[in-house]
Amino acid sequence: MKNIFTGLTFVLITFVIITGIVLPIPDIPALGDKARVLYFHVPMSWISVLAFFMSMWYSIRYLKTREADYDLKSYSSAQLGFLFCILATATGSLWAKFNWGSFWNWDPRQTSIFILLMIYGAYFALRSAIDSDEQRAKLSSVYSIIAGVTVPFFVFIMPRLVESLHPDPIINSQGKIHMDSTMLTVFLTSLVGFTMLYLWILNMKFRLERLQFKKLKNSEN
Amino acid sequence: MKGNILNSSLLIFKKDLKSELRTRYVINSLLMFVLVTISVIRFALGDEKTENELLTGLLWISIFFSTSNGLSRTFVKEEERETSIVLKLSSDSTAVLTGKILFNLVLSFALNILILILFILITDYSVKNVTGFLITVIIGNFGLVAASTIIAAIISKANSKGTLYPVLSFPVLLPLLITVINATKLASLGVGTEKLYGEITILVSYTIVITVVSYMLFRFVWED
Repeated sequence: MKNIFTGLTFVLITFVIITGIVLPIPDIPALGDKARVLYFHVPMSWISVLAFFMSMWYSIRYLKTREADYDLKSYSSAQLGFLFCILATATGSLWAKFNWGSFWNWDPRQTSIFILLMIYGAYFALRSAIDSDEQRAKLSSVYSIIAGVTVPFFVFIMPRLVESLHPDPIINSQGKIHMDSTMLTVFLTSLVGFTMLYLWILNMKFRLERLQFKKLKNSEN
Repeated sequence: MKGNILNSSLLIFKKDLKSELRTRYVINSLLMFVLVTISVIRFALGDEKTENELLTGLLWISIFFSTSNGLSRTFVKEEERETSIVLKLSSDSTAVLTGKILFNLVLSFALNILILILFILITDYSVKNVTGFLITVIIGNFGLVAASTIIAAIISKANSKGTLYPVLSFPVLLPLLITVINATKLASLGVGTEKLYGEITILVSYTIVITVVSYMLFRFVWED
């Protein structure tokens, strides 16, 4: 079962990488071939948000049960989310250079991903500042929940500040997806593939963290 | 002291106020901090005529940093004086949080009044819609205190307390800060109060959400 999952993940990601570059895409005004970044950038942003909420979910589980495993899961998910968040920022920023003319111009989307990076950074800073395992698990869980409940506010605040130039209003105007069928297939495969990749690495990362945790516990005794 | 939560929270609030008035540790350093910050702003601006857009931002920078200096002390001082164990034994965690929030509210309002007066005196900041301005500042203060108190409780258990506080509080406070800066800027430019309802709704709901979550999570932070 595990092998099938791993195999399928690799098949899907390979499929996305090849078809995303090779297959023709429909002509979208002002985007053209640059729209291909969508196959990689959107899943990465999706994972960075998903990983954050997974981490928050495991934090809640930890506070309820007090099992160290949940804290390790929360930590692993946050680490992965941070990695994907950096990747999403980098791909988005590269794309922005060629489409908007500058790497960074504080578009609302860029601001929100910057805040997500800050939250991840604060979470890791907090974790590294506490010595006791139990305290670290408890306090970082509390922090990730507090940070998590403030995130939805940005949905209401951001549109009040500046108009976004982010292209989802262009591709996805009036909530209807205007990608043609090939583009949609590649895009959805990419979403599924990257989500599976996240789950696969999360599982490995969690097992690694647990081994290190046990080793540390043994050396203390 | 156990029993009535409201009573014991008031007692904790009085205890904090008394010990603060006796030592004047926070008050004195905060007074100087506010004075220094606003003088730096004054010297940086020089004789230039500055717009309200810029001044509102500077006003909130001084409020953010001086409150973060003051409010972050509430739990740290209990840990430093090793009085937290007694407090844990003698009263309920809800009462502790309530008492601390009350004390922080008093501190933060006093600080804000001082900053506002000094800011208006020293720079040429003028507010056209005073009612709207005051409403947003007051509600913003409640949100600021609610979020700061729980984060102060978190950092009191960590190692590098002083530097950690701004790092942790900034992302959490950002929705509040963006909204309150925007609203006070609009009010200072003379936009009517009825046009600020959107901002006020966000501020009120932020304050409620943070307060509720604080009360739910505080016992995990406080109790060992």
